[in-house]
Amino acid sequence: MSTLVTLPVLLPILGAALSVIFVRQATLQRLIGIVVLVAVCVVAAVLLVAADRTGPVVVELGGWPAPVGIVLVADRLSALLLLISTVVTLAVLVYAIDQRISDYGRDTASTTFHPIFLLLSTGVSLAYLTGDLFSLFVAFEIMLAASYVLITRRTNAERIRSGMTYVIISLTSSLLFLTTIALVYASTGTVNLADLAGRVAALPPGLRTLLSMLTIVTFGIKAAMVPLHFWLPDSYPNAPAPVTALFAGLLTKVGIYALLRTQTLIFPGDGPSAVLLVLAVLTMVVGALGALAQNDLNRLLSFLLVSHIGFMLFGLAVDDARGAAGTALYIVHHITVQATLFLVSGLITRRTGTVSIDQMGGLARRSPVLAVLFAVPALTLAGIPPTSGFVAKLALLQAGAAGTVGTVVVAGFVVLASLLTLWAVVRVWIRVFWGADKEPLPDDDPHDELVIGTSKTSAPMYVASAALVAVSIAIAAAAGPLSAVTERAGADLIARVPYLEAVLG
Amino acid sequence: MTTINIGMAVVLAVLYSVGFYLLMQRSLMRILIGIVVLGHGANLLLQLAGGPPARAPVLGTAPPAEFADPLPQALALTAIVITFALTTYLLALGYRSWVLTGHDEVQDDLEDRRIALSERPDGAMEEDTEGADEDTEDPGSAAASNEPAEIATGGPDASSEVSR
Repeated sequence: MSTLVTLPVLLPILGAALSVIFVRQATLQRLIGIVVLVAVCVVAAVLLVAADRTGPVVVELGGWPAPVGIVLVADRLSALLLLISTVVTLAVLVYAIDQRISDYGRDTASTTFHPIFLLLSTGVSLAYLTGDLFSLFVAFEIMLAASYVLITRRTNAERIRSGMTYVIISLTSSLLFLTTIALVYASTGTVNLADLAGRVAALPPGLRTLLSMLTIVTFGIKAAMVPLHFWLPDSYPNAPAPVTALFAGLLTKVGIYALLRTQTLIFPGDGPSAVLLVLAVLTMVVGALGALAQNDLNRLLSFLLVSHIGFMLFGLAVDDARGAAGTALYIVHHITVQATLFLVSGLITRRTGTVSIDQMGGLARRSPVLAVLFAVPALTLAGIPPTSGFVAKLALLQAGAAGTVGTVVVAGFVVLASLLTLWAVVRVWIRVFWGADKEPLPDDDPHDELVIGTSKTSAPMYVASAALVAVSIAIAAAAGPLSAVTERAGADLIARVPYLEAVLG
Repeated sequence: MTTINIGMAVVLAVLYSVGFYLLMQRSLMRILIGIVVLGHGANLLLQLAGGPPARAPVLGTAPPAEFADPLPQALALTAIVITFALTTYLLALGYRSWVLTGHDEVQDDLEDRRIALSERPDGAMEEDTEGADEDTEDPGSAAASNEPAEIATGGPDASSEVSR
């Protein structure tokens, strides 16, 4: 059983190597990607069941026992996030493959796209599974290095600026992470997360706070927490739709996961954290107001992404089992719905030839399928009952209501930010899908990677988007069992004992 | 807990401040050097986390107390490889930027400029020192022009409009 934990890391990285080897066989390359991700999905599902039934599944790499060697740990939270992330990655891969087929033809292989895509998946899996602070850094680097390539592929003059911003900001945050690791090691003499849990508690409070704040800043940049979010709405919208969907779905959420893991395991507080509560309010409100000011569909969605990072921070800030459970459920819901929205935005852009909301109109009549595909995730994001967004927000609100006065006030902001989200998506709906018909704009640069202003869209692109919509509906339908799992995961996170016992024995 | 001698602390302070200072420059070459210097700082700190310098490596025979801690060295090696690879990538990206735009300066954010322009119709860009977060709180900017080509960016970086 425990060797299974290595597969979500090993399979994609071996798949990436195979895709490089079979660089001339386009079909084989596509098949490798899909088979690998399906296999990882199955493994993640098995791990989730095992972790839920018998506790965290641990593997000691190289047979070295825990505080000395590196461990991979799949507890309820890791396995759940791994499963949902891989499902989303798979849907995005199918979408990307079909976009490439309809744009470049069936026989065009890619030297970079497939290997790098699988490498990104490797990094994400390792980040979820690792029980070691330095391996977490390595996981982030694998993931980010892959994302640098994906975001700067086929650059033009416009895209290079946003690509540079993204790379430089991420590199800076990585170096900050390295500094944090050095300080943590200097003060405790270990980088194993479970071992750190005990040793950090013995440190003087000032030093503990310093280390805790450093991790918040480091992961806050990666998670696009206000006021460290500037880079996100600037860089994400310029990438091709599948890339943006993957980044929006996974990368920021891995940052939130790292924050959740380190704050609950290494720096457990006593009661709600004032700093995180303030940051959560800022993130929710600034993101939502920013979204209302946008005319570019992708920028609008990026600001909504920032806003909803605040929701997850809120659950973390409440700092009890319910809050952690709410955050876990919200991450699951948000990974799915945000990726879906960016995929659908890609379909809309492809159809209308523009990302500017002003220049779209009457799309509901011309493409009812697109309208449904946009409406469901948009309402889910806003949290209208009975969608998964409502279930997740309810969990967060209950956590807030059960806390102190501060958390009740912030819970009010959660409602406000949800309303602002609803306002933003309804504005998009009215202006893009209703109103006068507008002709699609022609592609102003036919030679770049984006093929837009065409109704030539292969059916699998719709199917992939619809599959993700179905996943988010399934999350709502399975809300009972799912929130039972996240509640147990939240209780584990706060209790810490199952994780510590599983790792240190 | 590991302590650090004052000389190394000063070296670290200099590396970090020089690195962050260079990061805030406009030229991509300087930013790149800033990242390199910052990376050196982080790696040196990682080394020092293992204990004072000049202890024996884990090789041969010596009492365990006299060995240097090998773990930070392994971590620093990994980190050096990663920063090295990413620096190379950044260098390639900088070259690409130079090929595409003819210079290696960080380009203006058109969206930011557009908002500044809608605030000041006369296009007085020189006083524009507002951060990018201003666009998050200004619903009026949605009505601004959508034609980036029509914006005169002004200032020292007007050439950012030059396309290939």
